[in-house]
Formats: sequence, C-alpha cells, structure tokens
Amino acid sequence: MKILVPVKRVVDYNVKIRVKSDQSGIELANVKMSMNPFCGIAVEEAVRLKEKGAATEIIAVSIGPQQAQETLRTALAMGADRAILVQTDEAVEPLAVAKMLKAIVDKETPQLVILGKQSIDGDNNQTGQMLAALLGWGQGTFASKVEKDGAGLKITREIDGGLETLDLKLPCVVTTDLRLNEPRYASLPNIMKAKQKPLATMSPADLGVDVTPRVVTLKVSEPPKRKAGIKVKDVTELVDKLKNEAKVI
Amino acid sequence: MATVLLIAEHDNAKLKPATLNAMTAAQKLGDADVLVAGQGCAAVAEEASKIAGVKKVLLADDAAYGHFLAENLAALVAKLGANYGYVLAPSTTTGKNMLPRAAALLDMQMLSDVSGIENANTFVRPFYAGNAFATVQSKDKIKVMTIRTTAFDPAAATGGGAAVENVASAGDTGLSGFVSQQLTKSERPELTAARVVVSGGRGMGSGENFKMIDALADKLDAAVGASRAAVDAGFVPNDYQVGQTGKVVAPDLYIAIGISGAIQHLAGMKDSKVIVAINKDPDAPIFQVADYGLVQDLFVALPELTKAV
Ligand SMILES: Cc1cc2nc3c(=O)[nH]c(=O)nc-3n(C[C@H](O)[C@H](O)[C@H](O)COP(=O)(O)OP(=O)(O)OC[C@H]3O[C@@H](n4cnc5c(N)ncnc54)[C@H](O)[C@@H]3O)c2cc1C
Ligand SMILES: Cc1cc2nc3c(=O)[nH]c(=O)nc-3n(C[C@H](O)[C@H](O)[C@H](O)COP(=O)(O)OP(=O)(O)OC[C@H]3O[C@@H](n4cnc5c(N)ncnc54)[C@H](O)[C@@H]3O)c2cc1C
Repeated sequence: MKILVPVKRVVDYNVKIRVKSDQSGIELANVKMSMNPFCGIAVEEAVRLKEKGAATEIIAVSIGPQQAQETLRTALAMGADRAILVQTDEAVEPLAVAKMLKAIVDKETPQLVILGKQSIDGDNNQTGQMLAALLGWGQGTFASKVEKDGAGLKITREIDGGLETLDLKLPCVVTTDLRLNEPRYASLPNIMKAKQKPLATMSPADLGVDVTPRVVTLKVSEPPKRKAGIKVKDVTELVDKLKNEAKVI
Repeated sequence: MATVLLIAEHDNAKLKPATLNAMTAAQKLGDADVLVAGQGCAAVAEEASKIAGVKKVLLADDAAYGHFLAENLAALVAKLGANYGYVLAPSTTTGKNMLPRAAALLDMQMLSDVSGIENANTFVRPFYAGNAFATVQSKDKIKVMTIRTTAFDPAAATGGGAAVENVASAGDTGLSGFVSQQLTKSERPELTAARVVVSGGRGMGSGENFKMIDALADKLDAAVGASRAAVDAGFVPNDYQVGQTGKVVAPDLYIAIGISGAIQHLAGMKDSKVIVAINKDPDAPIFQVADYGLVQDLFVALPELTKAV
C-alpha cells in the first residue's frame, strides 16, 4: 500500500504572530517556519504503518513556496521515501489544495492519504474532507487511532462527546488529531540520507488546477486586547471580587 | 424559498444548543430552513420547528444518517444545498467533519468558524489561533460556512411554528460504517454552552486530583475543561480539551487552575467574560489575560475556594 502525506509549511507554533500595521496580513518576514504539527503526526503515522509492514511507500507532498522543500526534507528525514513540491507563491485555498492533491492521487494511486486535521495558520480544517469528497473516498477525520482491519481501516476519532470508531474501506483519507502519536525527531544520519532522496518539483498548471482565489481577504486585524486584571491576595478576596465586583457567582 | 439552509446538530433525540447559535447567524443572512438529518429523529424536527424564525424544517429520516457519517450527510447536504444561497452548520466536530465535504461536492470554497457577518458576502473569521481576524469576501455562488457558536447568541428555542417536510434520503454511500462510540457521561452542563467553566491543567498532577475540580464545578454548576497537557497525560478524556485545536468556550466565568496559558489554550477561552487563574508561578502567561489572578499552590487554594463559594 502506497501512502500519500501532504505536509504544510507554517509559522512555528511557538511564534507569537503579529498583524501587519497596514492590516494587509500577518508579518511573515524573519519568522520561524516549521512543519504544521498535525502534518508531523501524519508523517509519523505513515512511517509507523510502513514499519509494521502495512505500507510499502510513503510520498510526501507540499504545496507552497520554494522553501517548502525544507518541510519536505523533514518528512523525508522522518521516513518518507520521496517528495513532491507543487511550487507556488500564492496563498492557495483548501479547495484548490484538495484539487491539486486529487490530481497527484490520480497519478500516484495511493490507497491512503493521511493529512493533518488543521493547519495552525489557516485553521481551516477542510482540506482532508474536501479531498475525500473529490475522490469519492471515505474519510476518517480527527483520528486518535488507526488500525489495519482486514481489507480496510478501523479509525478512532475524537469528537465533541468523546470517541467514535468507524470502519473505512480503502482507499480512504485520514486526518490526524493530537493524540494519534508523538512524532519522532529525525536523527542526524537520517537527515543526511534525506538529502539524497528524490524530490520532484511541479507547478499548479502542470496539475491542471485553477487556483484563482474564491475568497478575498479584505483586512486582517488584531483581536481586541484583553487587559490583564489584578492579582488577589487570597481565596477570600477572590470570592469577594467574583460575588460583588464581577457578579458572576 | 428560503435563502439559508442550516444543518441542525442533534443526537436523534434532542437538538444541540449549538444549532440555536448558528440560527442567529443564519437569520442575519435571510430566511432559514433547517435540515434535520438522522434516524428516528422526528422529535428533533418537532423541536426545530419551534425555533423562532424558522421557515421550514426538512426532515431526512433514514438509517444512512443514524450516526451522522460524513459521506452520507455531505451527499444530502450538497444535493439540498444547491438550491440555497447559504449553507450553514455550527462549528462542532460534526459540522467540521461534514461541511467541507459538502462544500467540495458543490465546488464552493467554504469559510470555517465564521465569527462575524458584515454583509451578504463579507465575513469575519479567526485564524492563527485567534491571534488575528480576517475580514473576507466570498465570490462563491453558495456561501458554505461553519459558525463559531460562541460569537452568536442563541436564537429563541420557542415561538416558531414551521412546517416539517419530509425529504428523500440521498442513500448510503457505503464508504464508511459506524462501529462504536465511547461518550463521556456527565450530568454537568455541556462545555461549550456552560455559564461557568472550571479547567485544570498539567499542574493538577493526576486524574485523581481532578476530583477537586469536579467538586468546585458541582458547586458552581459548571462544566469541566482541561488543557491539552492534561488530556495528553490521560488525566481526563479528549473531549475536555479547550483551545485552538479543541473546544472554543466563552462562558461568563472561566477558572483556569494549574494551566500556564499557552497561545493554543488561550485561543479557546480568551473570549470568556471573566477569567480567573490560579497558578503558583507569578509569571505564568495566563495572568496576562486573567481578570483575577491568584498566585498560590492550587492544592491549597482549590479546596478553600470550593468551601467558600
Ligand atoms: C495573512 C494571510 C492571508 C491569506 N489570505 C488568503 C486569501 O485571501 N485567500 C486564500 O485562499 N488564502 C489565503 N491565505 C491562506 C489561507 O489562510 C490558508 O493557509 C489556506 O487556505 C490553506 O488552508 P489551511 O492550511 O488552513 O487548510 P487545512 O484544511 O486546515 O489544512 C489541513 C491539512 O491539509 C494539508 N494541507 C493544507 N495545505 C497544504 C499545502 N499547501 N500543502 C500540503 N498540504 C497541505 C495538510 O496536511 C494540513 O495539515 C492567507 C494566509 C495568510 C497568512
Ligand atoms: C498543534 C498544537 C495544538 C495545540 N492545541 C492545544 C489546545 O487546543 N489546547 C491546549 O490547552 N493546548 C494546546 N496545545 C498545547 C499548548 O502549547 C501547551 O503545551 C498546553 O496548553 C500546556 O498545558 P498546561 O498549561 O496544562 O501545562 P503547562 O504549560 O505545563 O503548565 C502547567 C502550569 O501549572 C502550574 N502549576 C503546577 N503545579 C502547580 C500547583 N501545585 N499549584 C498551582 N499551579 C501549579 C505551573 O506553574 C504551570 O504554569 C497545542 C500545541 C500544539 C503544538
């Protein structure tokens, strides 16, 4: 079984982002970028399936600028076999990302695509579901457990009320939640080896996908600032404030 | 013909309150029909018909929708939604699972987690863990959106008298099947709808110690939440997680105990009206958003607080 793992380059989760003063977007100059954490979980899961003998080849894909090559090298160092960069400097919407991924799936014919449930920059939580729709495949989103089960997969999902387990036919799409696994750090030898692994580059036009945005960002603004309140000296003062000042209890 | 199709969230027996918040958003856009898709869910359709302002309730009662499988639901929503200007669902795990799939079937670029409506095609949504808000204009014919429920007051649950109309099932795609569910049982209010939330973090030290949080929550009729670290450590189940990648809450009172206040946690609770933080580290970032901060060992402060309220 071949597995495709889309990985996205995003602002590192430790960075406190700043809105540009002209409100045109987020300040991205000289900001540390990393692989989206949920994508790291996706790569790890694919590598574990391969280590268990349930997968034969892992292809990492990223859609983004030239520098997304670094993200792909990270995936290769973690254990992906080869990589594809669809190079674009545009901010591509989830539907367009899903269409490009579909074109790659049509070419590569993986049985499983594992994506992150959400990117920590766009926070859209759409791409995997859209890809599954376009392919006409089943979807196991927000997965906290993935098990090979006969001809299909058994997926445990994190839902608002607790957990849910589904059976999925292969081929299918899985998106990762936080508890699925803890991604490994790539070892130095593996980082060196990753440099030799194949990385192909193409463009959205090569995939025949129209990436014209459907949604225009008019303005990006900062949320209203919460001002820090006061420190109370003990529980008695706290209860007094909650009862008599805030009037919430 | 109404302009908005709102997908109701329910468990086949009762409507989930998130539906009412999404209804308020829907009504800013025009007349709204509500789709109740499930199995044996006539009572839910009845309940939905009473929501103030609902035009019509569409009831799709079929085994294919019994467990809200995304593949089956999205096919139905795409089929019915094609006739509307807007297709909305509350931003719950059910909505987030199903709606992007329906949007792709309709070839529409969905908007996630909409928190503001400027006009018929311009919306506000948070991204970057709520550290920025984008005002976006959709050029798509059908606007498909999940609604951030904490950003809209609930519509009145009664006062309406819409007709219920049966709609045909779009069938079972057979792509996925339901196996089982492990729901967290609780007598407490639902986390996303509670007036008071008491959350514990890694500082709680163990699942056993969370009983202290439970005791305070019982006294305040509060829901119990947690940080990711507390969930990852196995102190509490996953559905307790508040944050960027968990649940978003905005109660009147949020009490954070033994939580440091990472950006990802703040993303899920900083719109609460009043925030209380109890942490032994005076420099914990949570104090930067807390209205009332208490620097103290939680194992001393928490029992005292429980006794005092
Ligand atoms: C300031 C700013 C303004 C923006 N303005 C616009 C705008 O006007 N229009 C616009 O269309 N977009 C805009 N974007 C980009 C947009 O916010 C999202 O980054 C984009 O829509 C993708 O959504 P997502 O990553 O949140 O998808 P999600 O659905 O959250 O991603 C889930 C998963 O899909 C996969 N995935 C997603 N994207 C990729 C990718 N590129 N390569 C490989 N795998 C991927 C990953 O596995 C990921 O974990 C803007 C971004 C910024 C920072
Ligand atoms: C992709 C991604 C998504 C994430 N999503 C989320 C999310 O949705 N929600 C979320 O919460 N986090 C999320 N996180 C994790 C987040 O970054 C933090 O790691 C997490 O919130 C920390 O939890 P905590 O505050 O309980 O633990 P810590 O940061 O370890 O803080 C524990 C606090 O308890 C205090 N403490 C310890 N003992 C005592 C005591 N006896 N008395 C008083 N105080 C005490 C300490 O001073 C400390 O401040 C995410 C991270 C990533 C990378």
